[in-house]
Amino acid sequence: MELFTFAVVIVYLLAIGYLGYQGYRQTKTAADYLVAGRNANPVVMALSYGATFISTSAIVGFGGVAANFGMGLLWLTVFNIWMGIFVAFVVLGNPARRMGHHLDAHTFPELMGKRYGSRFVQILCALIIFCFMPLYAMAVIIGGAEFIGPIFHISYDAALYLFVAIVAAYVIAGGIKGVMLTDALQGTIMLVGMVALMVITYAKLGGFSPAHQALTDLAPRVPPALAALGHQGWTSMPVFGWAASGAPAAEASRYTLWWTMVSTVVLGVGIGVLAQPQLIVRFMTVKSKQSLSRGVAAGGVFIFFMTGVAFVVGALSNVYFTGHETIRCQIVEEKALLDPGADGNSPLARVAPDAPPAVLARSKPFIAYRLPGDRPEQPLNYLLRTPSTAIARGGNGSPDSIRPGLIAIARTVTLGTTMKGNSDTIIPRYVNSAFPKWFSVLFLMTLLSAAMSTLSSQFHTMGTAIGRDIFEPMVKGNTARTVQITRFGIVVGLVAALILGKMVRGNIIALATAIFFGICAAAFLPAFLGGLFWKRMTRPAAVASILAGFLTSVFWSVCINAKTAAGLGLCKALFGKATLLTPAFSATWAVVDPIVVALPIAAATAVVVALLTKPMPRAHVAYCFGGAKPAE
Amino acid sequence: MIFGIQDPWVAVAYLLSFCGALVCVVYGVMQWNRGDEPVKPEDVQWAKEEKEEIEEAL
Repeated sequence: MELFTFAVVIVYLLAIGYLGYQGYRQTKTAADYLVAGRNANPVVMALSYGATFISTSAIVGFGGVAANFGMGLLWLTVFNIWMGIFVAFVVLGNPARRMGHHLDAHTFPELMGKRYGSRFVQILCALIIFCFMPLYAMAVIIGGAEFIGPIFHISYDAALYLFVAIVAAYVIAGGIKGVMLTDALQGTIMLVGMVALMVITYAKLGGFSPAHQALTDLAPRVPPALAALGHQGWTSMPVFGWAASGAPAAEASRYTLWWTMVSTVVLGVGIGVLAQPQLIVRFMTVKSKQSLSRGVAAGGVFIFFMTGVAFVVGALSNVYFTGHETIRCQIVEEKALLDPGADGNSPLARVAPDAPPAVLARSKPFIAYRLPGDRPEQPLNYLLRTPSTAIARGGNGSPDSIRPGLIAIARTVTLGTTMKGNSDTIIPRYVNSAFPKWFSVLFLMTLLSAAMSTLSSQFHTMGTAIGRDIFEPMVKGNTARTVQITRFGIVVGLVAALILGKMVRGNIIALATAIFFGICAAAFLPAFLGGLFWKRMTRPAAVASILAGFLTSVFWSVCINAKTAAGLGLCKALFGKATLLTPAFSATWAVVDPIVVALPIAAATAVVVALLTKPMPRAHVAYCFGGAKPAE
Repeated sequence: MIFGIQDPWVAVAYLLSFCGALVCVVYGVMQWNRGDEPVKPEDVQWAKEEKEEIEEAL
């Protein structure tokens, strides 16, 4: 079977490679349509945009978050469609395209640099992109690796290398930028995979309303640790509120989930999409305003079936895991003890037979088993054993079976994870467990498509950031080595994403994506919107706004936001305490995402500084908005 | 309880997602044959440079 899967992957890669090659030969890149004066099919255009927008991060990472937090995550789909498609295409798309073409800008930093007549602005934007985009690329790569591992029965590290090798081969062999038909083919595969995932999931769980009802009925199974953070069930929003300053920790933590879901995930990603450099450039490759308007139709439907399905299916996987899952396997040990460490939150490790009584007392019971196809040298699989777990021994050569009866996140608790589990593995586990093998292969194609189309534009953006936007302005027009520097940038981005992917694992995909989107929104959005729509916007205002948004975002992440401050540890190292938040302030501030503070500060800075500084030369502003180029 | 979903806020998100996709389709179809801006020489020039840049990078 693995041979079959492998063969399908090879055929798929060859097909993508062939289409890419044909794309160049027959002049079918997005730019070619424009050169030839023809219209790219708007459905092809929108699918290609959607494939760049949606990655494994949205499907695997945020799908897993929905499995953990519930269907309230659908608010992100609302933002994805209304902001990421409707506002982006209808309001921002055409002005960005017009200005990009008129100023002859080919990257986002170049657009900003030319609009504000400032090499510094261009380099600043490019530096932020180059330093932080690997975080997003890492999230996309982890999303693929978490799925590939179980399919090929290989370790996470091996899956990471395999996935990066496939993507690197694709990017190096020509998938570097938007051959529209290739992207559209990938978009189509994604659409087929996700529609099938939705239909089969609802059919398996008894239909539309019964499936939701079953999920609603699971509310009493919310683990106490999540309930303490405000989880009220998978078809309810978490508890909303704002802790009074000095309120006890338990009161303050009750609102953690709501603020994480709404401020980090929904606002961070939902608004951040408007300032994504690799997406803004896509608008420039569109022929006309009409193409953009037509593209809205396919774009809206595409995003609905991507994120909407991922979040609904993610949440519904709880119904499958608790009531429908049966694992056919060979049970090796019915009560294997794993130790969560003295703090109860360390990676689970096997307990030695002669372990001290304290370790035995805190250890948790697991079932150790092998799946059909697992090789003897592979580590065993471990499943948390609870009173809901049922075991049936096969005998006479037939396999044993286990009904885990666990909610999705508890189902991911295993050797090497903490007792909190790993939400990044929920969607891969669900697809591999609930669906026949052929569907896992189709879904693998879906994820490969999602990852490749996004990563190719990410790596291109990182490469041009260092080549075209940092190196070229510094050497003032000496472009001979730009191509080599761009390629170097791509390799550095790829290696950085791989190293990050190896360093961190577990509940990280959605967080890393949200951090990058949040930084882009806070740093770029006011200056970008001001540049497009406000003639009074000035160069110092743009610089001040980018710096204010970026620095506030970083300061908040490093010193205030409890999760990121603890994870980074910089605040502790610099100031000797985990966070700079004092009891005089509400503890809820610690769970508010940087974007909530940084974006308004950046926007206010842009407006105030613009009004306090001298307007840009009239001739330059007129040029930016379609007039003739002023004499140097 | 709407469609088995307990919290109206979640049900509203479900409906708004669906309505958003629908509005996008209606908008796209309505715009389908509305007139278009003419393509300017600068658009074509931009595309030529973009193509050169991609080919160079390969």
